[in-house]
Amino acid sequence: MLNRTLHISTSPHITDGTSTDAIMRNVVWAMLPVAAFAVYSFGLNALFVMTTAVVSCVLTEHVLCRLSRKESTVSDWSAVITGLLLGLTLPPIFPLWMTFCGGVIAIGLGKFMFGGLGYNVFNPALVGRAVLQAAFPVAITTWLPSFAIDRFQHVSSSVLALPFMEPTVDAISGATPLSAFKFDHVITPTYDLAFGLVSGSTGETSAIFILLGGLYLVVRKMMNWRIPVAILLTVYVFSGVLHLVDSTIYPSPLFMLFSGGLMLGAIFMATDMVASPLTPMGVVVYGVLIGVLVVVIRLWGGLPEGVMYAILLANAVSPHIDNLIRPRVYGTAKSRGT
Amino acid sequence: MLTNNTFKHGVHPPEHKDETNKSPIRQFPFAPLFILPVEMHIGAPAEILVRQGQEVSRGQVLAKAGGYVSVPIHAPVSGTIRSLGNVHTISGKMVQGIYIEPFPSSTQEVMEGTPVDVESANPEQILQAIQDAGIVGLGGAAFPTHVKLKVPDGKHCDTLLINGIECEPFLTTDHRVMLEQADDIFMGIRYLIKVTSAKRVIIGIEANKQDAAKHLAWHIPRGLPVEIKVVPVKYPQGSEKMLITSLLGHEVPSGGLPIDVGAVVVNVATTAEIGRLLPHGRGIQERVVTITGPAVKKKGNYLIPIGTPLRFVLEEVGVTDNISEVYMGGPMMGVAVSNLDISIVKGTSGIVVFGEEHVTKSEKIFPCIKCGACVDACPIFLNPSKLGILAKFEAYDKMAESYNLMDCFECGSCTYVCPSHIPLVQYFRLSKSIVRKRKTKEVTNA
Ligand code: SF4
Ligand code: SF4
Repeated sequence: MLNRTLHISTSPHITDGTSTDAIMRNVVWAMLPVAAFAVYSFGLNALFVMTTAVVSCVLTEHVLCRLSRKESTVSDWSAVITGLLLGLTLPPIFPLWMTFCGGVIAIGLGKFMFGGLGYNVFNPALVGRAVLQAAFPVAITTWLPSFAIDRFQHVSSSVLALPFMEPTVDAISGATPLSAFKFDHVITPTYDLAFGLVSGSTGETSAIFILLGGLYLVVRKMMNWRIPVAILLTVYVFSGVLHLVDSTIYPSPLFMLFSGGLMLGAIFMATDMVASPLTPMGVVVYGVLIGVLVVVIRLWGGLPEGVMYAILLANAVSPHIDNLIRPRVYGTAKSRGT
Repeated sequence: MLTNNTFKHGVHPPEHKDETNKSPIRQFPFAPLFILPVEMHIGAPAEILVRQGQEVSRGQVLAKAGGYVSVPIHAPVSGTIRSLGNVHTISGKMVQGIYIEPFPSSTQEVMEGTPVDVESANPEQILQAIQDAGIVGLGGAAFPTHVKLKVPDGKHCDTLLINGIECEPFLTTDHRVMLEQADDIFMGIRYLIKVTSAKRVIIGIEANKQDAAKHLAWHIPRGLPVEIKVVPVKYPQGSEKMLITSLLGHEVPSGGLPIDVGAVVVNVATTAEIGRLLPHGRGIQERVVTITGPAVKKKGNYLIPIGTPLRFVLEEVGVTDNISEVYMGGPMMGVAVSNLDISIVKGTSGIVVFGEEHVTKSEKIFPCIKCGACVDACPIFLNPSKLGILAKFEAYDKMAESYNLMDCFECGSCTYVCPSHIPLVQYFRLSKSIVRKRKTKEVTNA
């Protein structure tokens, strides 16, 4: 009995049972209701776009790992998150071949080039989305009205456009609430925004499902709640003050909160652990920065939406935030930066 | 008595203490052979005084202290020195040691020495007596207690902290000692007050040992300035720095000692040992050890003679067939045993045995995803994520200079919470030893 070879391991010999792949998997679960609502409101088009994005990301990750003779890392589920996020940020009638390119770029350029999971500076999905926006400015701002009657029978010809073809737009572009505000000064009611009765990117229209997904992750301690809270509070307060100053120019803070990609960005994209700061203080600074940037870009920039660029910019400074804001080490006089 | 004061950060591993905290301390049988390594404390090895074939009686000094930072070793049994030679130790290193075969059917009476009276002895005499009794930190550190108790010139001790925290999961030795050896503890405190001239004494206990706190509070002798503080359960509260923060609200300066904030910390079992041995002038020959873990059949708290082979201990208590890992100490900071031919030494506070199904073995290691869990766990407020990445790039000097590596006391909280299962604390142990080596090189080259 006591002649068995003993295992040797280094302390601690127990762990709290969390694991990175489980966290990633749960983020996917949390996004599924959002994705399901997207299919419900935009029909087959959205289903095709999201599926293509996920397949493209997972495939790219697998192939790149194999090409560099490393063990495939698709089992950590992070590529699925990237794919799903990318799909959720694209218009529902985005051509599939472009979607596929977006996935390849997100994983290849946004993640693999930096060294894979854990080393990426930016949220890979946003890298993919940013490149698509630059390459296909028209397609990426062609929207579909939600709840089209034939949405479960009919797939837009734009979605099925042949590779390297610009789509022929058959869908009447339903203006998003933000572009309606920006260019025509029309304010969409908050109720419609919260319940996704508007047009927009595949997954950004239902604030309620996004919030629920976020809540799930926070309860399971798989998301840093400080990030969305800091972003949303900043946007609310900042735009609230502006609204008080001049309500004819500046929209109400609730409109700012619930429109566009802010909810999706604050809850599922800015919270990418790898690309956000480590410390509680750093995370708050990061969130406030995103909030300010969103308002500034939306109200004074040339674009109707600024969430993507705001997050990308904050991603870029997040290592510096960690470098500058360091907790004071126990038993030392004060914090030290380098 | 009950306070909410505690240190910041830390972790809450499952306690698993219910399995043994109700079982009273029981005497363990004598093994047929005892193995005593001369290095079972921190400091210089003890120097062997006996020869092969010599007959010794229980309590006799077998090896004397090899210097100031060293302690003697006493015979745990009456018997014959079978041989002197190399013996295995937990670190894997072979050191000099003594094998003793007990006399069969001996009553195992303990030799009496020269008593040290707490009233009449002066502090120097008490310190000497503590060294002569072979006492080291029984919480696991095994650092010679007399060295720790010596208040350096120019410093003074305000508060004596008796550490009854026992924050390691599974272990219940200190718990049982507090319940069963209150008189010894208070006697020990008298000696300790005398050597440190502390004005007050606080016994720190975690809230999962309320019964022990009540028991001790009930037995505080009149006139002894002892206060009992019960703090919330959290790992690693039993470490000196965290204990001081929890009980006194101070931080020990980086690189400093408790005495820098006017405190001396002594483990509660060590205190009891002092109180029991000094009045008889005896040396330490046995200690309380919790033997537990899912693979142990007769779990419990046992009074085991020092030098009892681990193999004998496990045979006596019985282990399941799928035994896979054996730890000396608790599962957070204890060391995995590779060889059962080592023995119970003065610093062995517990033996935890896991079967195959309980070992969280070779969990897949992922890259650091910067989740920040380690940052929120580290009681020293380090950045284990960054340190881990720097360790991978072998940037040891940067770790020490810019990221306070040397303040890490290897509690393992960061590794415990890491979802990517990165063996952070193992990296830090290696990095620290490399930095230390480089430092000594610099000094010798200068
Ligand atoms: S807990 Fe592990 S994965 Fe998370 S930041 Fe720390 S080292 Fe990285
Ligand atoms: S092992 Fe070191 S770095 Fe990790 S939590 Fe403990 S003190 Fe902090």
